[in-house]
Amino acid sequence: MTVLGDVVGRSSVVVCCGSGGVGKTTTAAAIGLEAARGGRRVVVVTIDPARRLADALGLRDGLSGEPQQLPVDVGDGEMWAMMLDAPAMFERVVRANAADPDQADRIVANAFYRNMATALSGTQEYMASEALYELHTDERFDLVVVDTPPSRNAIEFLEAPGVLTRFLDHKAFKLMMLPTRTGLKVFGAATQPMLRLIGKVVGSDVLGDAVAFFQTFAGMEVGFRERADAVATLLRATGTEFVLVTSPQRDALVEAAWFADQLSERGYGVATTVVNRVHPRFGDGSVADARKRADAAADSGRAELAATWANLAALREVAERERAEVEALLGHTGAPVVDVPLLPTDVHDLDSLDHLGRYLFAVG
Amino acid sequence: MSDGDVETNSNPLGPLITSRLVVVAGKGGVGKTTVTAVLARAAADAGRRVLVVELDGKPTLDGWLSDVEVRHISASTSLEEYLLDHGFRRIAKRLTKTGVIEVIGTAAPGIDDLVVLGKIKQLERSGEWDLIVVDGPAAGHAVTFLTTPAGLRDAVSSGPVAEQAEDVLAMLADPARCSIVLVTLPESTPVNELLETASAIRCRVGAGLGPVVVNRLDEGPEPPDPADVDFGRATVQIDDARAAAAFRRERIAVQADELARVTDEFATVIRLPWRPVADLGPTDIADLAAALETTPEAPESSSESST
Repeated sequence: MTVLGDVVGRSSVVVCCGSGGVGKTTTAAAIGLEAARGGRRVVVVTIDPARRLADALGLRDGLSGEPQQLPVDVGDGEMWAMMLDAPAMFERVVRANAADPDQADRIVANAFYRNMATALSGTQEYMASEALYELHTDERFDLVVVDTPPSRNAIEFLEAPGVLTRFLDHKAFKLMMLPTRTGLKVFGAATQPMLRLIGKVVGSDVLGDAVAFFQTFAGMEVGFRERADAVATLLRATGTEFVLVTSPQRDALVEAAWFADQLSERGYGVATTVVNRVHPRFGDGSVADARKRADAAADSGRAELAATWANLAALREVAERERAEVEALLGHTGAPVVDVPLLPTDVHDLDSLDHLGRYLFAVG
Repeated sequence: MSDGDVETNSNPLGPLITSRLVVVAGKGGVGKTTVTAVLARAAADAGRRVLVVELDGKPTLDGWLSDVEVRHISASTSLEEYLLDHGFRRIAKRLTKTGVIEVIGTAAPGIDDLVVLGKIKQLERSGEWDLIVVDGPAAGHAVTFLTTPAGLRDAVSSGPVAEQAEDVLAMLADPARCSIVLVTLPESTPVNELLETASAIRCRVGAGLGPVVVNRLDEGPEPPDPADVDFGRATVQIDDARAAAAFRRERIAVQADELARVTDEFATVIRLPWRPVADLGPTDIADLAAALETTPEAPESSSESST
């Protein structure tokens, strides 16, 4: 069994993480496809607004916010995909936690809530972790593959489950929730002027919406907090594996190394590192050897042959430099590295995904 | 050579870029930072006063541009500065210390993007710089980042936030002050995203699009078709050499098709050659910047409109 094949076989959650533009989405899709071929019922969740998974799966009309079974032949397994609709997911969570439909309606209609559901930094990550949990507990699936949002800071996904509860614990939040009574005790005499001041900066209507939201929200914290804890537990569970995806570009490698360190500091392990788009090496020969042949051909006036050998030398040199960079920056993590060679064409349909899968799950 | 051209001299990057502020945007991994450095280098070499602004706090550019000023702008310091400038001097520190700033950020989502844009606008207005290059956020984020002022103006009817939003919108809408440079790679997905982002910026941001940069273009030398090459008496590694040639030729062909999709759509396209090194250094940036001058194929005196 190959390294990544082993990961796919034993886990119930695979989290693909890494910086943007490194092929995270297509890697998640290829992992899902391989697991489905192995007889598992897989759902791949993507968050990317650019709809790259839909591209990779050749779905021209894109994906919806509900899991959708893909018409691909995977034997006994099943391959599903879903695109995260963060605002819709947020509303579902609110409705699930509200005491009654009226409370939910009032929250959903609030302008502050609407801003938060669409624009709060971390909302996408938060909802991605909610979706992960929801699908994990859905009996239709036995493996959930998550393609994490292209955050500025990839670690946000791990912190996401607590994003709202941390906010609820904030002193300032408590102040807004009860601006006339308890808040005074927390903040002392400065409370009211402070609120007025915030109102001056952001405008009193915005402040009014915020206060109304927090007051309506009262009573729902418990449910939100319990869910956040459950998601955090799932991310640490034995069946959850992290696959770190990167490209051989230096900036992506630096970020991947940083992310691997953050994961290990928090007690999560990187199961596998996938380095996408590595230049192929073209055989075992050396750069120097290819260059020597190019020089010899040039000396004997055979320009075409010289150009052919020079090209081999140039591509081998690029491949070697890339591998040296990967080793220098990621070697210390100890996670096995799977190289996926750069294809001359872009991955955009199932056939090319298969090609990617062949390298990801190659034996030897 | 266009040194005698007065028009060219008044603009740091000649006919390529006519605005004082340039926001470089593109999806992750396309080389936004490289393009930022190349544009800054080219303008600095032309004797212009150049400022580079980095947003994500990654100090990637410091080593590349030793003689160009690089500033890191973050939302939290910009917000504090903004409060200081708007009559909240006494209270600004306490607001930061008690975490109320965070609540302000949530109460009006996007306010952190707005204060960053406001800070950039302030630099642009100062007249201290001939060219300010912003290493912008990733493509999806760039549209959100740039549409924030319009959203906030609509959400907040009065007060300093509304004023700030108006000022920033005025800057974004004025092609003489600001343009967006989109970066892509000559591959199908990045080009698709370029087309999407460009239309979002035209329709939703109302900002002017500057030239489009196609980065990492493999300009050869293209090896000959391996079928036509006589390998003579050599027997070892011939298959490797053939495979390498086929790979390179296919990549160059695919890139040419994708480049054509870009040039069909956009009037001004800058091509930056692929550098076969994993890590670009200052010399590479300088070489790319020098290549920039010879890149546009259109005659320099053309009366090309900015769309």
